Amino acid sequence: MSQTLSAMPAPATNLAVASPLPDNERKPLTKKELAADHPTWCPGCGDFSVLALYFKLIEKRKLQHEKFTTISGIGCSSRFPYFVQAHGAHFIHGRALPFASGISLSRPDLHVFAFSGDGDAFSIGGNHFNHTARKNIKMTLVVMDNWVYGLTKKQTSPTSPLGFKSKTDQWGALDFPINPMKQAIAAGATFVARTTHTNPNHVLQMMEAAMDHDGFSFIECLSECVEFYEGAFDSSNPRKGGVFNLVPPDHDVTDELEAYKLADSPFPGYFGVLYKIARPTKNAKEAEVNRNAMEKFKGLKDWQILQKNFDRMK
Amino acid sequence: MSDSTTTTQPTGGVPRVPRVSKVSEAVIRIAGNSQDGIQAIGGFLARLAGRSEQEVMTFMTIPSTISGGPSIFQVRIGSGEVLSAGDEADILLAFYQHSYEDHIGSLKKGGIVLYDSDHVELKPEWQKDYHHVGIPISSLTVEAIGGTAKDKGKNIYALGLVARMFDLNVPKLEALIHERFGGKDQSIVKNALSAFHAGYSYCVGDLIETFRFAESEKREGAQVVMNGNEALGYGLIAAGVRFGAGYPITPWSDIMELLRRELPKYGGSFIQCEDEIASISMAIGASYAGRVAVTGSSGPGISLKTEALGWAVMAEVPLVICDIQRGGPSTGMPTNVEQSDLNIACFGSHGDAPRVVIAPANVEDCFYTAIEAVNIARQYNVPVIILSDQAIATRIEAFPEPDLEKLCQDITPDLTPVANYKPYDLSAPDGIVPRVVPGTRIANGKYPIATGLEHDEMGHPTGSPKLHQQMTTKRRKKLQALAATLPTPKIYGPPEGNVLLVGWGSTQGPIREAVDRARAAGDSISGLTLRHLNPLPDGLENIFSGFHHVLVVELNDEGLYGYGQLAGLLRARFTDPRIRGVNKSDGLTWKVRDILERVRTTLATLKKT
Ligand SMILES: Cc1ncc(C[n+]2csc(CCOP(=O)(O)OP(=O)(O)O)c2C)c(N)n1
Ligand code: SF4
Ligand SMILES: [Mg+2]
Repeated sequence: MSQTLSAMPAPATNLAVASPLPDNERKPLTKKELAADHPTWCPGCGDFSVLALYFKLIEKRKLQHEKFTTISGIGCSSRFPYFVQAHGAHFIHGRALPFASGISLSRPDLHVFAFSGDGDAFSIGGNHFNHTARKNIKMTLVVMDNWVYGLTKKQTSPTSPLGFKSKTDQWGALDFPINPMKQAIAAGATFVARTTHTNPNHVLQMMEAAMDHDGFSFIECLSECVEFYEGAFDSSNPRKGGVFNLVPPDHDVTDELEAYKLADSPFPGYFGVLYKIARPTKNAKEAEVNRNAMEKFKGLKDWQILQKNFDRMK
Repeated sequence: MSDSTTTTQPTGGVPRVPRVSKVSEAVIRIAGNSQDGIQAIGGFLARLAGRSEQEVMTFMTIPSTISGGPSIFQVRIGSGEVLSAGDEADILLAFYQHSYEDHIGSLKKGGIVLYDSDHVELKPEWQKDYHHVGIPISSLTVEAIGGTAKDKGKNIYALGLVARMFDLNVPKLEALIHERFGGKDQSIVKNALSAFHAGYSYCVGDLIETFRFAESEKREGAQVVMNGNEALGYGLIAAGVRFGAGYPITPWSDIMELLRRELPKYGGSFIQCEDEIASISMAIGASYAGRVAVTGSSGPGISLKTEALGWAVMAEVPLVICDIQRGGPSTGMPTNVEQSDLNIACFGSHGDAPRVVIAPANVEDCFYTAIEAVNIARQYNVPVIILSDQAIATRIEAFPEPDLEKLCQDITPDLTPVANYKPYDLSAPDGIVPRVVPGTRIANGKYPIATGLEHDEMGHPTGSPKLHQQMTTKRRKKLQALAATLPTPKIYGPPEGNVLLVGWGSTQGPIREAVDRARAAGDSISGLTLRHLNPLPDGLENIFSGFHHVLVVELNDEGLYGYGQLAGLLRARFTDPRIRGVNKSDGLTWKVRDILERVRTTLATLKKT
């Protein structure tokens, strides 16, 4: 073929190759090695505690830098990857989930964590949330829900309660809010949990359970925006006179209707794993499709497989 | 049909043949309803041509309604070079009254109408201009294979008629029929062969002359026959792409269906997403994770992808995006051709977002362009848009079989640990930094962030005016470095003359044929096809300077100021007043005579002013 550059050299790799410690001699990472930029969040922002507990999770579960990715969309909460010393990406508003899915489905060797805000996950990214959940793509999503648009400075969010006075609803929010738990269950998520930034132990517990779940694991973490929605979650914080109710110990997490009922209880509602079932992941199903397809071409090189198609087109 | 030399040839065994004309090429238009399997007849003819070392090009229309409806398949077969599907047909095969009435206009005067006399009533007023041959195709098919099956098999019967008329290679056609129907139950193959032989033995020879193609030059090696979407899809596989994501839309869907079916054989996946934004996002995610991935769409879906495309430019993540253009804007003309996405391909997205745009010029080129696009994407860490169109996507061509063993490449990411890594290193030559992807250990413990915010060399956000300037320059410089490596396109015809016809994409064939025809008539005219549209290759100004007029022939609107999208781009680039537009947007491919007519009128207007 005349003028194509099909025979281009492979990209240069002029990087110095390192021979670091073998894996079994590496120590678990600590906060010191995991912290990158100093967070740009307002002092007192709930997001700080989510970050601190993410570091704890990585340390406790002995994940090394290169074994996981931290992915986000846009928002205050979505600044997250800059603060983590590891491979990460800060993608566009609302689209963290499909981006993370691309990693999850092509790199089974990596743990994929996505962090999002209520606007990012349920408004602009609402449809991606539903589809990632129903497809059960393996990853963990933490939505730092502050009931407001923080980064753009106090507009109504899809989780803002009725009557919340924002810059776009000066008289109080008119639109019925989304209930993230109900949304997730209805969409077909296989792990649905709820926690709050004021209870660090509980946050870590939820993160660990989410990470161990084989599938799409979703955590809604209430995370106060001290700047634009101060006190939003006080009634869930015992230190502020509120109540922190755990999911009742006899709750059957595989009972969808019961989970839905728990999710529907008025604020502050229940915290913990509301719903968790085992359903094959998209990752596993695609892998099975591939196993079956590859079985028929065992021992052939890629070009020989393609050659079979070309032979039929002669 | 051209170069007819008539011989009378005695034959034994086969029906008596009064006259055999040797032809170098023929254009056959088959008109019927889409459910009659006329695409199948065309496909058989095209593949036969490919196996007979002939050149072939097809053109078809498909009704945009799902219930079917009128549809045509035109095939041009030649012993020499075939550049377009042909302006006029030599033979019209009409199954219905509407096929006959709607398409007689595309038949050349003196051409042959072969019609199904069970369904078509011929018009006496057309008899003087065209040679009419009525054959009760429907009833003869039922006679041959029995049953009342609603007109099933009459396409194969008609294939037999055509085979007889053109003295086509029967064993090869039988083999194709076996291949096509062989997987199903044996009675189907048997029926198809019976229908074929019944058609073949029908004594057309008594009614009209028959034809034989002149021997074509012997070629080295085999030819493959496929359409542009297939060539693009298989090209991506050869290039090593193992992940893609998309959302259905005509005429892009064929590619995603092909990749969905094929990639699992190689351990790859193609994911159908909830929309086009998710599709590009998922493909970028997979690319970020290590191996160039693909997404694609047509018209409306491309519009949806542009925000994420800008991210890939900013974050310097490689990606291949196929845009199979159709008529626009909005839902536009979904099953028609247009070249009106050049602007969105080159400039769509906010901000200064340089990306690469390549337009394949024919079916074979689709295959190689896919490989080229993947390699540019990974070499320069940039999104590459392959700008194909409905015409190339659906037309079938034969081309020399590619050397797959040599061409297939493995682009598995290298996860060897590195000492340190700056993803946006400003000191990198030409701004090009090799990628280090997730899963790679970085010994100094400093890990990169891929980001859409303006950033420093590690990918961390910055508001620094200086860095924004430097990074913007870096992203631009990479494409300037690429431009310097692009080959200067070859001129079709002499390098100097009166008129240069410039085109891109699927118009290459008709433009070249127009050049051939005009030169044969004594005009001083040459042609130029641009494949690399962004960046443009170096050296174009030298080419243009050899001509008095540079006419840019495009399938898009002449725009507010009289220039189509490529003409506008070239004007902005070269500020050369000789560059003018020759445009149309009727949703149909250029006919050679229309190009010549429009060139003539354009030159005439220029003379007046
Ligand atoms: C396509 C697009 N639209 C709008 C914006 C502006 N924007 C950035 S963040 C944001 C809302 C963030 O709210 P949320 O997701 O709740 O995150 P928070 O800041 O509260 O953590 C908006 C509207 C954008 N960046 N991109
Ligand atoms: S604006 Fe609100 S959400 Fe954003 S950093 Fe400040 S406190 Fe946190
Ligand atoms: Mg928010």
